[in-house]
Order: sequence, then C-alpha cells, then structure tokens
Amino acid sequence: MAANRTICLSTSGLTKVFGLGRNKTVAVDHADLTLYEGEVVSIVGESGSGKTTLAKMLLGLINQTEGDVFFQGKKRDISSQQKKQEYWRNIQAIFQDPFSSYNIFRKIDAVLLDCIHMRGGRGLPQAKKVELMAEACSFVNLKFEELTNKYPFELSGGQMQRLMIARIFLLKPKILVADEPTSMIDACSRATILDELMKLRNEIGMTIIFITHDIGLAYYVSDTVYIMEHGKIVESGSADEVILRPRQPYTKRLISDVPKIYEEWDLSTV
Amino acid sequence: MNHTLRQVFRSGKFVVGFSIFTTILLTVLIYPLIIPDSPLAIIGQGTFFPPGIYVNVYDSIEAPHYTLNLDAAIEKRIASKLNDEDRLAMKEWLIAAGLSESEIDTTDTVQLLDQWVNHYDPAKPIPGLTNAKRNYFIRLNNALEGLLSTEGVSLAVKNPETGALEEVGVIEQSAYANINQVASVRVLPLGTDNFGRDVLTELVTATRVSLQIGFVAGIVATMIGLTLGLLAGYVGGLVDDIIMFVTNLFIVIPGFVLLILISFSLGQEQRGAVTVAVVIGLTSWVWTAKAVRAQVVSLRNRDHVNLSKLSGHSVGRIILVDILPYIASYVVMALILQISSAILAEAGLSILGLGPRTTEVPTLGLMMNWAMIYQAQILGKWWAYLPVLITIALIAFSMNLMNTGLDQVFNPTLRD
Amino acid sequence: MSNVMLDVRELTTKYVTRFQEDVYAVDHVSLKVEEGKSLGIAGESGCGKSTLALSLMGYYFPPLHYMSGDIIIDGKNISGMKPDDVRKSVLGKEIAYIPQAAMNALNPTQKIIHFIEDVLKAHDLYLTKADIHKRAQTLFENLGLPAEVLQKYPVELSGGMKQRTVIAVSVLLFPKVLIADEPSSALDVTSQKMVIKMLRQLMEVGFISSMIFITHELPLLYNVVDDIMVMYAGQIVEKGTSDEVVFDPIHPYAKGLMGSIIVPEEGLRDVKLTAIPGVPPNLKKPPTGCRFAERCKYVRPECRVNPIPMREIGNGRAYRCLIPEHELREIYAREAQPHGR
Repeated sequence: MAANRTICLSTSGLTKVFGLGRNKTVAVDHADLTLYEGEVVSIVGESGSGKTTLAKMLLGLINQTEGDVFFQGKKRDISSQQKKQEYWRNIQAIFQDPFSSYNIFRKIDAVLLDCIHMRGGRGLPQAKKVELMAEACSFVNLKFEELTNKYPFELSGGQMQRLMIARIFLLKPKILVADEPTSMIDACSRATILDELMKLRNEIGMTIIFITHDIGLAYYVSDTVYIMEHGKIVESGSADEVILRPRQPYTKRLISDVPKIYEEWDLSTV
Repeated sequence: MNHTLRQVFRSGKFVVGFSIFTTILLTVLIYPLIIPDSPLAIIGQGTFFPPGIYVNVYDSIEAPHYTLNLDAAIEKRIASKLNDEDRLAMKEWLIAAGLSESEIDTTDTVQLLDQWVNHYDPAKPIPGLTNAKRNYFIRLNNALEGLLSTEGVSLAVKNPETGALEEVGVIEQSAYANINQVASVRVLPLGTDNFGRDVLTELVTATRVSLQIGFVAGIVATMIGLTLGLLAGYVGGLVDDIIMFVTNLFIVIPGFVLLILISFSLGQEQRGAVTVAVVIGLTSWVWTAKAVRAQVVSLRNRDHVNLSKLSGHSVGRIILVDILPYIASYVVMALILQISSAILAEAGLSILGLGPRTTEVPTLGLMMNWAMIYQAQILGKWWAYLPVLITIALIAFSMNLMNTGLDQVFNPTLRD
Repeated sequence: MSNVMLDVRELTTKYVTRFQEDVYAVDHVSLKVEEGKSLGIAGESGCGKSTLALSLMGYYFPPLHYMSGDIIIDGKNISGMKPDDVRKSVLGKEIAYIPQAAMNALNPTQKIIHFIEDVLKAHDLYLTKADIHKRAQTLFENLGLPAEVLQKYPVELSGGMKQRTVIAVSVLLFPKVLIADEPSSALDVTSQKMVIKMLRQLMEVGFISSMIFITHELPLLYNVVDDIMVMYAGQIVEKGTSDEVVFDPIHPYAKGLMGSIIVPEEGLRDVKLTAIPGVPPNLKKPPTGCRFAERCKYVRPECRVNPIPMREIGNGRAYRCLIPEHELREIYAREAQPHGR
C-alpha cells in the first residue's frame, strides 16, 4: 500500500538532556523526523542510543528540553492535562514487556473498558460494551468469552500482547508507537503480532513507528528506517536503501554485525 | 485475594506471631468480662503484696474446722520458722559440741531438731563463742521449744462491759479450714503493686490501653507517611521537594526528643491516652514516608502507569488504582511495625513520667514507671515489673514475627 | 577424526517444584558430538535447552534431579557421580559451562587476574603466581584479548569484554567440551560478533575439542555450529547439519521455526513469516502422544496415542514424527507460495 504523502508527525531539533553539569547526558540530540500518514517507520538503534527516550517524547510522556513536535502541521501543545488527553486520542503505544503493561490487580476486561470510556462510550449499555470488546478481541483472533474475567497472569505473553493490539483497535489512533513489541515474544508467535499490526494499519490508515534494535525486523516490516546512534539520527531513508545500501559508516557496521544466513557473514570486521 | 490469604496463613512465622497476638488480644477483651473489678482500685493497704491466694484469717476462724493429722505438718511448720542461717548455726554448734559432721544433715529438719534437743546445753562452754552468739542460741532454743509444743492457740474475745478477755475457744494445731468454705478469699496471681492495686487486673487493662494507643498512633503515622510518600513520589517536582524538606527536618530532630518536648509542653492536664497516641503518630511517620516515596518513584515509570496515562486517567485515579495496590503489602507491614514501635514509645514516655495522665487509666509504661519509682526492682518485688516487661516484649515480638512472615509471603526471595 | 567427545544416551532429568510436582524438563535426550565439531541446540523459551545444558555438566542440586541416562565424556561415564567428585574432576577440566549473562560471575571486588588465580589454584595447588600470570597472558593473547584487561576490575570493562573474559577463563584448563548457553544474548550486535568470533577461534585453535551452543536465535546458530538439534517441550524433534536443518527442515515445528527467521537480507521483505498458534504443553503432565500435536497443522489421530520415536533417515539426519519424510515434503511443496506484504 503506497503511503499517503500527508505529513502526520514531524519533529525539529528535538532534544532531551538529563542531569546537570558534569553528569549531563544528552539522550536525544536534535532529532529531525518526518512521518507520513499510513507509513511504517522503524527507529533502529542499540541500547543507549536514545530511541526509547525519543519515543516517549513523541508520545508526550516526557517533556523535551529543546525543539518542537508538529502534529498534522501544527505545533503540538500538551501543556495541560486536557490538551494531553486530546493528543492521546491520536497517538497510542504498545510496550515491550506484555506482563508489565497490565495492572496485575485488575481483570483484563478493565483494559478494554478503559478504551471504550476514553472514546466516550461510558454511557453505553453493558451489552453494547461487550459487543465492542468481543469485536476487538476477534480482530486479533482471541475469544472474548474465554478471556473475560481473567487476570493478566492467567494469559500467555503472546495473548497479552495481542490484547494490547485489540486495545489499539478500539482506540483507532492515527499514530501507534510500538516499542520492541515482539522482542519478548516467542519466534513462532511473532508473525501473528506483526500481521495483526499490519492489518490495523491497512484498515485505519494508521502510522506505525517501530522502535527496535532488531535490524532484520526493521527491514522486514518498514517503509522507512531511521538509524540512531548516541542520540543522533545518523541515517534515514527507505528500508531497501538504508539496509541494503547503507552509506554511513555506523550503519554499515551495524548491518555487517548482524548474522546472515543467505550471505556470507564476515567475522573479520571485529 | 483469597490466594494471598491462604499463602499468608501458610507462613509459619506469621501463624506463630498471629497466635500470640490474638491470645493477648482475646485475654484483654475477655478478662474484664469475667473479673469486672476496676483496675485502679486500691485493694491492698501497704505496698507490694506478693502473689498468692489471700485467705481472710477472720473468716477462716468462723469457717468449719476439720482435724487433719498430717505427718509433714509439724515439720513444715517448724521448717518455715527455721531458715537456712539458723540451720547452719545449729550445725556449727553441734559440731563444736562434739558431733561429727557426717551425722548432721541440715535438710532433715526432724533429725536436726532431734540432735539439737538431745545435745543443746546453754551452759556448755564452746571455744570462740561470743556473748552475742550465745544469746542468739538461747533465743533460738526458746523459739524451738515453743514450736515443739503441741499446744493450740486460745481464742479470746473482749467483753464489751468489763474489757477483760474471755476465752471462747481453742484453735488446735491440727485444725484445718476448707478454703472453699472461707467467706472471703482473693487470688492475686501477681500480687499488688506499690499502691496496693491488683497487678493482674491492672496489667490486663494497661495492655488494652497500650494496644489502643499503639493502634491509633500506628494508623496516624502510617496514614501521614502514606499520603506524603505517594504525593512526593508520584507528583515529583516542587511538591516532592517541599515534602522531602519537611521529612528531613523530622529526621534530623530525634523523634523521641521531639516526643518528650511535645508531651512536656502539653502539660499533665492535656495528656489523655488518645492525645498521647496522636502525638506519637505525628512524630514517627518519617521512615514510612521515605520508604513509600522510594517505592512509588520506582513504580511511576512502569508500563502500566504509562498506559493509564495514555488512556486519559487523572493523577488521582492513577495513584489509587495503579500505584497503591502495588505498595499495599508494604504498607500493611509498615503499619504493623508502626504499631509495635508506638507501643514501645508510649512505654518509654510513661517511664519518664510524660505519658498519659496517671489518674485515669494505667498503661504498660505507667506500670513500669511506678515500679521504678517505688524501687520494686531493688526490693526484689519482681511481680510489679517482670510481667509488664514480658507483656511488652510479647506484643512487640508477635507483631514483628507477623511482619517477617508477611515479608516472606510478599517477597518470594526471602522464603526459607 | 570420529572420536566421540560427548555421548549422551537417553538423558532424563526433572525439576521438583515447591509443591512436590515433577517437571520432566529433559526427556530421554540423546546426542553425540565428535572431536572438532560443534553442535547447536535451538528452541524457544521453556523447551528445556538451558536445563539440558545444566544436566550435561553432571552437577545436580535441588530442585534439579537426575533421573536416568548416561553422559560419557571422551569415554568416561560421569552420570551418577557425586556432586563433589563432579566438581573436582569434571567441571572445568572435562566440561566447561558458560551460563547466560556469565559476565555476572565476575566478583566486582576482584581484579580479573585474581579471579584467574583462584580458578587455577583450585585445580592445581602448586602453580606459582608467575606461572599463572604467564598462562593467563598467553591465553589472552591467543584469543585476541588485550593483556591490560587482566589488571582491571570488572566494573571497568564493557559487557562484551566481560563476557569474552569469562569465556577465556572457562577454557583455561582446556576442557574437552564447552557448553555455551546464550553467551551473547545480553550484548549489542558488535560485542555479539566478537563473542562468536572468539568461540569459532577456540575451536579452530584447539583450546576446546568440541562445543555445544545453545540459543533461540537461529541466524546466530547457523553461523557458529556444524550440526543443529531442535528441541521442543523437553525432547529433540529434529537433528541434522546446520544447512539441512535451517534450509530444509522436516519436522513441522522445525519448519515453522525456520519460517519465522527474519534477516536483513535482500528479497526477504516479500516472504511471509510463519506463525504457529498455541503454546507449548505443560511439562508437569506432558501429553501421551506427540507433544506438538496440539499445535500441528498436519496432526492425525494416531499422533496422540503413543510416544513418538525419532525417525532416522541416514547420515545423522533424524526427526520425531509419524508422517514419512516424502509425505511431509509434498505437503510443504504444495503450501509454498510467495506472499506479498
């Protein structure tokens, strides 16, 4: 599906600095991104590259030290709780560890109900709410009757992560930030999660931002790839360009360090 | 929830602590129903009556007498009069008089008396015997002679008109009264204290009062600590700074000194049990606040909290639903420890005379205070302070044991 | 050279839980590793591969218990030996084991050289300090590790360097078999490559005679070992050379697993990844028939009845399934269609 060329989210000089003086760390260093509607983007970096901090700033969970975020062409304003809530109608997240995404004291129904309420469905009759929740579950091939009234620890990792996707189905945001959504999932269940995310993208034209350290995943799933090193974006472009024909030395090294099975994996570079 | 409860009761330590604590609690609640006496009623004229069964002597005269011929009766009577000193003295005299040491057994009263009666001669010259000692032996001998007689005691009543004593009866040495037929008998398992109060009844009431003070103080302290810790930990920023500033102030000033100062300035009149409890609570919330804050700081960056934010939940709701349940087990443990230390703090205050008013209710600390002032420990009146000590120790011990048990349940790495 | 370094026959070990339940994590596993060869064990979390690694050492302590089977290292049968004897004569000398995140084994208050002194002194009391230093330096030079590392504290080293140090120390006594359990999964890609290179070097130079490499990452495994075994629910389900297992798997689970590999290589954006629905069985009560039956696309009634034996098809190739090889290949050929994204 060709990506619409309307700009959905963009940043200019986005920077985050932690600490003061000698203990200062620049987690994100003047990052410039441009994301189009319906695009699948990967932000790739090793641990410590600042990709998670960047993701949290895009989500509005962390305030930036410098720079601006533009949502649909306008400067984003999340100065008050109400403005934040409005912004979060348009952008949501899926996190890495499915277990810690849930409040262990609440039944999993609560997660879905929260979404229905957020979309203004608090006054709906119970039957309608159940219908919505069942629809969301079946989108990710889970049966709501089997999961209702269960606690998170009774589900498997794969099921919990897919329930998170069901949550996104209910919320229908314009942008989804997926922070390592499959790194804690078994290889055999990974394809299911990726398929479901793509299905969502196709149905509602959602922009997906994958945050990952796995170059293979980035190559497989994205249209555009951004490479981050030490807080800076060092290379960006289409997936084919960046991964098969990298230009920057860091990118080249990163790609050559990943084990290959079809090509010869050259061990002499380390 | 059920699962947690079952696990809790599987912990050996918790069960032991819980049993001890409930026993104390039940005793405190049930005892007053059985024995409705006022704890502060002064029943003993005089200080520190030893523990025992107190039989009204007058009533025992009136009660029916039974004649019992018991072998050991005479020996017991004499033995109670002859202390060890006397026996050794007798042995010395007998050895000096020529008996060999192996024949003399100071523990065999009958034999010793026998030997004494057969050999004692006040006129016999003993080398190295001082006058004082010789008089001592004469007195001793007289006393013994009195003992060995089998005469009873005469009972005489004063004639209201003439003022003369008229004999009305004799109390034989072999006369026994049945304690159940004596009109007035009082069991004082722990004797009386310096004022003449029944220590056991006083102890039970004091335990109840101390527990109440402990609970109130513990709850006050935990509530303050929890609220401040939650706010400081979750909201952060300026709120955190202010709360931490106040907390640090309270840390730097020694809690106990603060407690003493506040108690002192309140004055005797204001210091009821509840007031003291609140004061203790107000000075001991500090470490709960710090601990809760630390936990909350580590929790606020968790994924489920972020997701709640993204779902549009307010700060208050996130604190109550997403943070509080995660620290609940910790707070329960903190509460138990606060109660335990509050009881000890009250005891400490009362020992210093800064506890609740002494005229209303006794507390464990007050009992200790009185015992100390009236020098019970020097006089050897152990019943006035030892039971109180043991009670305080048991309460603190059982609560800490419950706490350790709970810790093991909630933190699997500590299980043994 | 077909001297068999490690010969494992029908090894079965179990865990005993707090509630006295038996979990058969390793169920009648047999494998052979020849001198100069390396074997990879692939599988997902919970399949028993880490337990297998622990079991191979012969060093059991509760809750892991040895049930039955033989472990023969270069002709010496070590199964049934007492833990103390195993510790003294087998660990480090015959078999060396590198657990996941082995870098945490380094004592933060000791310099690396002191750690090495401890290890060597434990096995040979008469070595002098000078000897030890010499040995350490030679080893590090041979493995491409800078000699300065010896004088450093663990906190001064990077994760990758620590991991390589621990691996170097574990081969100090030139063990016959080296068992590496996810030696590089906690590291960034560059350090990972260095660790892999080092392991290959150890084999080439001859510091170790054979190696068992355990991981869930197949591209990594493919580049390191000669032969691969796929484990599922405590059993081996497929055996063969790396090329055979990765590019031509027979067992349905192995086929699904290999179909889920993602590598950043040309043409792979258009391949459809396979997914296997469901979860592995509970090993407290393993199913009576095939353990993969619940999730298998090609399951037949007879699969659930009796335990499935390994089917040998020559040249060391084997798989655990009732369906004959040619039938499976036909099914796969029919299903193979390129999918668009």
